[in-house]
Amino acid sequence: MTLDASSLKVVKAAGPVRRRADRSVGASIGLHATLIIASLIAVFPVFWVFVTSLKPDARAVEPTPRLFSESSVDNYTRILAGDKGNFLAWFGNSVVIALLTTVIAVFLSATTGYAASRFRFPGKRSLMMSFLLVQMFPFAVLIVPLYNILIALGLNGSTFGLVLVYCTTAVPFCTYMLKGYFDTVPTDIDEAGRVDGLSPFGVFWRLIMPLAKPGLAVTSFYAFLTAWGEVAFASAFLSAADESKTLAVGLQVFVQQNRTEWGHLAAASILVAIPAIIVFYLVQRFLVQGLASGAVKG
Amino acid sequence: MRRFLDRYWYAYAMVLPVVVVIAVLVLYPLAQGVFFTFTNINEGNIANPILDRPATYDVVGFKNYLNVLSGGESFGAFWGTLVRTLIWTFSCVFFHYTIGLGLALLLNREVRGRTLYRVMLILPWAVPAFISAFAWKYMFNAQYGIINQILRSIGLPDPVWLGQSNWALVSVIIVNVWLGTPFMMVALLGGLQSIPGDLYEAAEMDGATPWQQFLHITLPGLRSVSSTVVLLGIIWTFNMFAVIYLIAGPNPNTRILVTYAFERFFSGASRDYAIASTYGVLVLSVLLVFAAVYRRALRKQGEVW
Repeated sequence: MTLDASSLKVVKAAGPVRRRADRSVGASIGLHATLIIASLIAVFPVFWVFVTSLKPDARAVEPTPRLFSESSVDNYTRILAGDKGNFLAWFGNSVVIALLTTVIAVFLSATTGYAASRFRFPGKRSLMMSFLLVQMFPFAVLIVPLYNILIALGLNGSTFGLVLVYCTTAVPFCTYMLKGYFDTVPTDIDEAGRVDGLSPFGVFWRLIMPLAKPGLAVTSFYAFLTAWGEVAFASAFLSAADESKTLAVGLQVFVQQNRTEWGHLAAASILVAIPAIIVFYLVQRFLVQGLASGAVKG
Repeated sequence: MRRFLDRYWYAYAMVLPVVVVIAVLVLYPLAQGVFFTFTNINEGNIANPILDRPATYDVVGFKNYLNVLSGGESFGAFWGTLVRTLIWTFSCVFFHYTIGLGLALLLNREVRGRTLYRVMLILPWAVPAFISAFAWKYMFNAQYGIINQILRSIGLPDPVWLGQSNWALVSVIIVNVWLGTPFMMVALLGGLQSIPGDLYEAAEMDGATPWQQFLHITLPGLRSVSSTVVLLGIIWTFNMFAVIYLIAGPNPNTRILVTYAFERFFSGASRDYAIASTYGVLVLSVLLVFAAVYRRALRKQGEVW
């Protein structure tokens, strides 16, 4: 995984391998059929949750499932009105925590990834190795020691403490990805910036960051999802008060207490999935390019 | 020293925040976790700053490791669990990779509606894991789940998917394959796009069949991406607890090393932190050995990493 400055050109130059005209009708049908079946499998569980979310709880457990059965948006209204726990407060907490995690984790990974991409410094290798090591440890087994540290730092039960913990899970992967991405940005740009009198930080912030949008998009997506869907840390580190829970924690309680309320649970799930899908939609056109260069070079 | 700082200070300034955060929130807890494996710490004897209770646990040496590694049922049947973890990891990563590669190859062609297909195929990645877990648990339900409904309607047997049998393991593998394929697909699609098109044109001129082109251009061109994502995939799957725990619960038929650590950690009256940490350290050791072997195998093939 060596560094070569020409790789940016390579990514641009390579187009689709085969043109549509070369393909027989049979091959086209097979291609579309495979893609359609795969897409259906990918989308179906989400679609099914959506269908269920419109049914009353009693209809959600019918022995012969149907697409519509007394469907309405009642489940949604009741959840948003707070009948099933303080949903809007949970939602707000989750948004704050996920956005803070995204901003902090991406910023930290970007500086680290840039330093690892551009500078040779003693300890660089062991730093990258320690990131791989962090990925390997079953993180949640660290809950007790982490809990002690957060108490010692006075961050126990606070949003910021949880954000920092999420950052440690997101930063290693994000750094690898961004280092790989920065490797594909030609170093000539840095040199030109330095000649024009920018400091190393100025080069990073004003030249490289804007060029690294696809890489930043992927890492933001990853960091956001890390924080948005996490259960174990959130239930251990946030205070037990109902209004300070995140969605993931709140819904777990919901699952355990209301075993049969599938309809409400499905509606809540759809509400939780929407922000994640919005973030996904915003970044999806960058995903392929961003992830590829990270993984190729990582 | 002065020159050293002059030369490197901006590099260190840029990595310093991460190093501090990782050191405080990972390395130090890790050291403490390793220490716990040599004690008999649990919910009853840990220091409790809220109740102002001092710690009363004792150092017990290698007793935890002996208990776990002797493979007793009351300590999670380590060897059987390890085998199940390996089955789980390799079948998941195998399907992630092959399905991901197949879909990436299809998406890399010029297809009408490619963007729409891509968005739909990546969707499982965007849905929070606990939601997917809930969705599949609902679909796998033996009585009112849609999967058994479909199987019955076409005359196939309808197993109790999430019961006390190996079907439960099959179920969680299916879910995890669904969940993890998009990542592989996207990474491999990017890898495919970075293979220069000239290579294929030249091969076609020389009369290479599509299969030969795949074997001699596509696969070697993907080597670097593949080695990275497969390693990451194996590490992630080995440590994947959310899917199994949220879908199957503490079911011994789906127990892998990490979920057992969680079981000891969260459930049971005593919350045995010592055994949970011991499992954590063993997981780490297995993965370290694996990563070292993997790296050596890659290096033999001329990959510098």
